[in-house]
Amino acid sequence: MKNLIALLLLFILSFAAFASEPVELQEANIDLSDNASLQRGAQHFVTYCLGCHSAKHMRYLRFAVDTGVDPQKVLKDIAPEGASIYDQIHSAMNKHDAEKWFGVQPPDLSLIARSRGADWLYSYLKSYYADPSRPFGVNNLVFEDTAMPNPLWQLQGEQHAESRRTIYGEYTKLVLDEPGKLSEREFDRFVNDLVNFLVYVGEPVQLERERMGKYVIFFLLVFSVIAYLLKKEYWNDVD
Amino acid sequence: MKPTRLSECGNWVLDRFPVTKFWNDHMTHYYAPKNFNIWYFFGSLALLVLVNQIITGILLTMNYKPDAKLAFDSVEYIMRDVPWGWLVRYMHSTGASAFFIVIYLHMFRALLYGSFKHPRELIWIFGMLLFVALMAEAFMGYLLPWGQMSFWGAQVIISLFSAIPVIGDDLSLWIRGDYVIADATLNRFFAFHVIAVPLVLVMLVFMHLVALHEVGSNNPDGIEIKASKDPWGHPVDGIPFHPYYTVKDLVGVGVFLLFFATVIFYMPEVGGYFLEHANFIPADPMKTPEHIAPVWYFTPFYSILRAIPDKFAGVIGMGGSIVVLFLIPWLDRCKVKSIRYRGGIFKKALFLFVVSFLALGYLGTQPVTPLATTMARLFTTIYFGFFLLMPIFTRWEKTKPVPRRLTKDHSLEEQLHALEEQLPALIEEITELKPVSTEIGHPAFKSTFFNRRPNPKGIAHVISRLAIKLKGSLD
Repeated sequence: MKNLIALLLLFILSFAAFASEPVELQEANIDLSDNASLQRGAQHFVTYCLGCHSAKHMRYLRFAVDTGVDPQKVLKDIAPEGASIYDQIHSAMNKHDAEKWFGVQPPDLSLIARSRGADWLYSYLKSYYADPSRPFGVNNLVFEDTAMPNPLWQLQGEQHAESRRTIYGEYTKLVLDEPGKLSEREFDRFVNDLVNFLVYVGEPVQLERERMGKYVIFFLLVFSVIAYLLKKEYWNDVD
Repeated sequence: MKPTRLSECGNWVLDRFPVTKFWNDHMTHYYAPKNFNIWYFFGSLALLVLVNQIITGILLTMNYKPDAKLAFDSVEYIMRDVPWGWLVRYMHSTGASAFFIVIYLHMFRALLYGSFKHPRELIWIFGMLLFVALMAEAFMGYLLPWGQMSFWGAQVIISLFSAIPVIGDDLSLWIRGDYVIADATLNRFFAFHVIAVPLVLVMLVFMHLVALHEVGSNNPDGIEIKASKDPWGHPVDGIPFHPYYTVKDLVGVGVFLLFFATVIFYMPEVGGYFLEHANFIPADPMKTPEHIAPVWYFTPFYSILRAIPDKFAGVIGMGGSIVVLFLIPWLDRCKVKSIRYRGGIFKKALFLFVVSFLALGYLGTQPVTPLATTMARLFTTIYFGFFLLMPIFTRWEKTKPVPRRLTKDHSLEEQLHALEEQLPALIEEITELKPVSTEIGHPAFKSTFFNRRPNPKGIAHVISRLAIKLKGSLD
């Protein structure tokens, strides 16, 4: 019996060795209460992503209400020409053209932060490097052979991958060849704002839900205490 | 008291419809054992979750569209544009997982205290039918959001039917209504999920309760309280269900809802276990996800399926792992019901079973590797070993004497009080005082004081004592 338990424990511990991430992800700094960051992120999204990707479950008006921006200002600064405030964030590219140009239709990004996670998106957008063997001349460390060209290359500059062999194994590092329009810090902030916006778009209600949760849990605590006292009172005469 | 118009109306109904009799028979005059412990909360909680699922489910159907082209978007519409839709949807999705947590604990309670034994075999059978219906309900409900995991999970499970010889392919085609999971499948699963299976569930719950109230509840001591009655014919060790257990269950409801609300408001995905990440991608029949995992509550059975090398044998194994549960009342030959008075061999076997069930559950969420498959096979063997060897190891079990009347448990207050008394001694044992001297500037200001630091030796002592106690409780 003793040996069996020891054996079981050993087996369970050995599970820890199972999972291993291929690439270590960089951590995004997500703060949904930072309205300025969300607005910058929305602008970046419309400028750099909307050409191909929609966020069709999100409405401009919802964004205006949630971030406290005047709807007129959203239409002027963020939404593309001709969009109505009640519109969802649709892309102008049609399915037929998209398939001709990229082989696949670029996915809708409304829920991308919920399926991929913020850190993955942050790392992905920063991990493009030059690779002449690919149709668009770029490849990605986080998502190998990605079908998406790098929309941010003018901002980030061009990177190339360097493989190094150490005693711990082989790892790849990205080195900046020529700097882009933004410095490294500015670019990090740029990507972070964009990812922040995508996390918000994934579930616009998340801040509200957390705010509400406090009251619900407080109520349930009071309810449980009262229920407990009631139970004690009723059970007084039970021996 | 002079009868009022209202009370006269009430009496008119009561004279013609036995509400009072029903209430008395099943609430105020239903005698339940006095000593129910924490394990006995999960029955009423299961009922609460069922009601939650039905109400939130009805609200969801008001905006959900069972159409392969619209389903995914309609769920997001509920999450964003329908007022409070997100709350209703999270209550439903969290409720599904909560249902299984509560039911698994409810079933484990039956194993602990022998609630499936004579004369309660039929309650167990109804309960198992409920479990199977619940699995069907959950499986079909999971297809409705029409995400990648909905689609491919259903694809994998339905294709299992094609492993059945001769009729397999036709059967799975008949179930799907198409060659792959498609609009036809979504529509029929919707029909089953919102009306057919819920009707079966409610009917089975009714029969489960009728059967329970016919023979009376078991208890942690596993003795029949009806054996000792007072001169008025009430069990001496029983108390009326209402108000005693209604107020007690209310506390259980409060504590359960605290956990439930925490999940809904702060972690609705629970790290991808309650809502899988891949299910936020719309179903795409052309793109198979690299790792298809069912939701956590199916993973123990999914593990058993994967552990068996042959597909058809795997299907039999998975089905068998559920069928064998139906047979426990006849597999367990021990006369003693409660684990409190059963032999060490049963306790050890049950412990191994729980470990293997949890391990299979974990393995089912992980990708297949050679090591994982070996482990899954080992645990599958233990799982089946527990049931199939049961007639042997329970027959010669060395049981302890069973009391004639209920024993008294220590109440929560008493336990807390005892813990409070032991605490200073425990802190004394796991920490030690170490002198620390500081010198600030001049040596004259040198002072020494004592600081509490953890004492590794003491901690090791306490842990080994706990381990010995744990082992002792298995004898």
